[in-house]
Amino acid sequence: MRRYIVGRLLLMIPTLIGVAILTFVIMRAVPGDIVELRYAGSNVPQNVIDQERHLLGLDKPLWAQFTDWMTSISRLDLGQSLWTGHSVIEEVQGRMPLSIELALLATLFAVVLAIPLGVVAAVKQDTWIDYAIRVFSIGGLAMPSFWIGIMMVLITLTFWGWAPPVVFTPLFDDPVANLAGLILPAIAVGYRYSAVSMRMTRSTVLEVLREDYVRTARAKGLRETLVVVRHALRNALLPVVTVVSLEFAFLIGGLVVTEQVFNLNGIGKLLVDAVAHRDYTLVQALVLLLASVFVLVNFVVDMVYVVLDPRIRYS
Amino acid sequence: MAVGERPVAGGTLTFIVNAEPPSYDGHRETTFALLHPIAPHYSLLYKFDPNELTKVIPDVAAEMPQASADKMTITVKLRQDVKFHDGTPMTSEDVKATYDKIIFPDAAKGVTSPRAGAYAVVSAVNAPDKYTIEFKLKYPSASFQTNLASPWNFIYSAAKLKTDPRWYEKNIMGTGPFTFDGNTKGQDWKGKKNPDYFGKDKDGNKLPYLDAYKALIITDANAGVTAIRSKQAMIEFRGFTPSQRDDLSRALPNDLAIQEAPWICVNYVVPNSQKKPFDDPRVRRALSLAVDRWAGGEALSRTTIVKDVGGLMRPKGPFAQSDTELVKIAGFGKDGKANKEAAKALLAAAGVPNLSFKFLNRNITTPYEPVAVFLINEWKQVGITATHDVKETSPYQADLRAGNFEVALDFNCDFLDEPDLQLAKFWSASKAGKGLNFAYYDDTKLDGMIDAQSRETDPAKRLQAVAAIEKYAMDEMAYQYPVLWWYRIIPYLSAVRGWKIGSNHYTNQDLATVWLAKK
Amino acid sequence: MTQVSDARARPDESEELAKRRYLESTGRRRFVRFWGDFVRRRPLGTAGAVLILIMLLAAAFADVVAPYDPTAINFVDLLKPPAPDHLLGTDNFGRDVFSRVIFGSRTALLVGFTASSVGCTLGLVLGVLGAYLGGRADQVIQRLMDVLLSFPLIVIAIAVVAALGTGEDKIANVIAAITVPIIPRVARVVRSSALSVVQMPYIEAARSVGTDAVRIMLWHVAPNVFAPYLIMLTAFLGQAILLEASLSFLGLGVFEPTPSWGLMLRGAGMQFLERAPWLAIAPGVAISMAVFGFNLFGDSLRDALDPRLRTA
Repeated sequence: MRRYIVGRLLLMIPTLIGVAILTFVIMRAVPGDIVELRYAGSNVPQNVIDQERHLLGLDKPLWAQFTDWMTSISRLDLGQSLWTGHSVIEEVQGRMPLSIELALLATLFAVVLAIPLGVVAAVKQDTWIDYAIRVFSIGGLAMPSFWIGIMMVLITLTFWGWAPPVVFTPLFDDPVANLAGLILPAIAVGYRYSAVSMRMTRSTVLEVLREDYVRTARAKGLRETLVVVRHALRNALLPVVTVVSLEFAFLIGGLVVTEQVFNLNGIGKLLVDAVAHRDYTLVQALVLLLASVFVLVNFVVDMVYVVLDPRIRYS
Repeated sequence: MAVGERPVAGGTLTFIVNAEPPSYDGHRETTFALLHPIAPHYSLLYKFDPNELTKVIPDVAAEMPQASADKMTITVKLRQDVKFHDGTPMTSEDVKATYDKIIFPDAAKGVTSPRAGAYAVVSAVNAPDKYTIEFKLKYPSASFQTNLASPWNFIYSAAKLKTDPRWYEKNIMGTGPFTFDGNTKGQDWKGKKNPDYFGKDKDGNKLPYLDAYKALIITDANAGVTAIRSKQAMIEFRGFTPSQRDDLSRALPNDLAIQEAPWICVNYVVPNSQKKPFDDPRVRRALSLAVDRWAGGEALSRTTIVKDVGGLMRPKGPFAQSDTELVKIAGFGKDGKANKEAAKALLAAAGVPNLSFKFLNRNITTPYEPVAVFLINEWKQVGITATHDVKETSPYQADLRAGNFEVALDFNCDFLDEPDLQLAKFWSASKAGKGLNFAYYDDTKLDGMIDAQSRETDPAKRLQAVAAIEKYAMDEMAYQYPVLWWYRIIPYLSAVRGWKIGSNHYTNQDLATVWLAKK
Repeated sequence: MTQVSDARARPDESEELAKRRYLESTGRRRFVRFWGDFVRRRPLGTAGAVLILIMLLAAAFADVVAPYDPTAINFVDLLKPPAPDHLLGTDNFGRDVFSRVIFGSRTALLVGFTASSVGCTLGLVLGVLGAYLGGRADQVIQRLMDVLLSFPLIVIAIAVVAALGTGEDKIANVIAAITVPIIPRVARVVRSSALSVVQMPYIEAARSVGTDAVRIMLWHVAPNVFAPYLIMLTAFLGQAILLEASLSFLGLGVFEPTPSWGLMLRGAGMQFLERAPWLAIAPGVAISMAVFGFNLFGDSLRDALDPRLRTA
């Protein structure tokens, strides 16, 4: 077991190095740089452009830029944003709480919606209830979540003259204002992600319901709800947990368009802006950060599996 | 604003900025996203009068500049009651350090100054005494004095610049009406009243009126409209589209005020004269002739921020030609049908009756996308197939700079109606126009004309000289030409008073005279 | 699953027999029976199939169905609400929204089908290769897929689009941007399915008699992972259409004047949301219906083909 854990942890290193190289290469391959953008539309002479490039170290050979970056990473220094000149840590710090909270809320909403629906759909398999639930849930997958968001804002604004606050308030400063800002996006995103979890719940519950021990429990005359809750649901939760946690990792940096629509100052928007600005250091740091979160969550999920399900043994 | 209304002190102004400022150093950056949140912290030497936006008035200067008899020395007397936010008094040393940084940036110390070229005429900045500053010029210049009102030239502290010439990239410390009160990255920027501000209104009341301001960074235009509509923000100083204005005025019939003005911003069609067949003036003129600007302006002004037909100078501005003169230029006539026939004939004569090319554009909706859709449709009607080649701003700019395109939609915005600024893109590409002239032609005759108008001190003669340039550059040679000029529309909560719309979104942003009406 | 147990029961069976059995079991008769069952037993899947069919027909006969040229500008009729002559109204250039939605189905299908089939096929190839070759080659492929998986999707998309450019004639780049993130997701699932096949005795047998590796992968391994492949193909079709909408919304997808649903949502759809809500509602509904159709169909297909298979 210990060997497995160490092995898994070691495997993360090549993955992350791969991510680092890929980000570096991709960003340099993309045409245009930060200086072009900084002075877009302004009548700025060439020598100023060259000076700025020099200032930002963009005139160094690529290998030098890469080794510089790798050296600072190995010293746990993520560097400075080329756009603002502030440290990457500073840039990320303020935005992380929002992204994490939104991901948590969306996941919570998804799970609260998905598990009961999934169980009911499984129990009532192939009835109109099952169909209705599936149509509802696939509907979430089918509608672009930013479109749902826009429609929600339009509706609340038209009918109640209310719009979510445009400025994020930290949870502990004012919980009401905080939730008011995040509730609509959390629903828009959560609805979409509930579809996957719902489907997973439904199929695992279906599977479990066919297992011998559940049949036995039924045969013993236990009440149907009790059977479902005590036996089926408990065993069905494991794969659902997997799906949910992997989604969570994705949600932290992946809500680009939703953040845009609700003007949420999160990691996704920062990432998109950084790419648009060709802010190499910030993009590199963010991608590495998000990839690490993803890889770590993956690892933790696998570990939780081992702990929760004694049938699984890794060799 | 009702005449004679008395300003009331107090309150917090919340306004929208559509982008996050990069560094905080106004001398280094060129985006309005820096000016809107940060300009209130600083003073300039001169500024534009908030009540009469084309007039230059002293800011930290005590009076208007004095020119020596040979016009080679410009002397500026400074106010003696100006203090930085840290309490130190502002002196000529600070102004000298500021202008030295702008005009003679120390590249070795990592200082860059994109506008240094605008002050090429200056040979030295001196501080003969504590409250006098002197600009030594290489030759007499008409536009230099107005350039001292450039909204970018924040007065910095010499002491701070001495410790670190790049100190102002990450710090704020000025003499302006508001002190820095913190910001949340990517979200907002706060300033509060500077109790020691030197400015007073005409009744002798202390400025600024506002207790504080808060700039909200809202990048999505729809979210911006929502913010004003839900009264979370009061104003956005760049501009909205006509439909956004209409939505707001329908939703807030009693609380909305609207100001509109022609804008010193314009899109140019730029054929790359280094690429065939755009080396042929007939082809370039045909591209312009095919576009019915008058019909386009009428239609597009209903949905986006372009409106007036104009030449190289802002329509209705001090240097604009009258419409009767303008319509004589190819592509600016009112008979769209005849123009299109003429365009077809020109294309046939040039041997490219079925011209097709890629049309480079940037991926910004307003107004680039509708303008391009309009152009492509106009060209289609004379048999031209233009393929819309849309890129992000950075690669778009890189392509322009590398000449890597056939025809592009370029744009230009300035803070002042001034031929020297608006004609900057027309200098020969290999000389003064390097990095600015994306049509990539060299034309010594045109260079001579631009230079001559710049030295012309008689306003009437200068006007004629500019008109001649328009005729030559847009018609005879048809190097590059505007599509439609932008039109600035600011819908805002009517409680905001003391702010007047100008011809640009750069000047008049120190907010000293802005106040909020109480209900 | 039957031929698997057969093979196990008779480990010495030749490659030929295994192949024949496989082909028999997927013959035309079985095909007809399968779809007959599908329509009878899976009303949701059938509804999905109908939606897909409608979309295919709209795309194929767009020239006939659409009453107007989708790019024809008419400044007289700007932002007209839905009426008999313009069923879904007109946009900010006076273009007929109905015609643009109809023609938009071409863009959506082109992007969806190409991205999904190319992505899934590349994923299939990599997954099968990894499973079959094993060892170091497998490790390398897996790590590469891990890298792509943990890479934020939007960065890949933006990078591909920005590197190759966008524009009317660059739709292939948008497709490429959407294809890349599909590959690792498919490769992973295919690999795990293929692994169980690769260990089958009849493959061992084929290997031991010196059958060409490419032949084995093509004839024995690939067909056995065809079910997950097909399921993912339909699932990612819908996702690709959604992704195109998101990219276009961010200004990184298809561009004017190409009729595209995502694009219709981005510019005019958002800007005229209140004054002309049909501009945002029509393409939004079109996207939702298309993705809905593919998802319903894919879902039922999954149940029909392999009820135990779990692909998120």
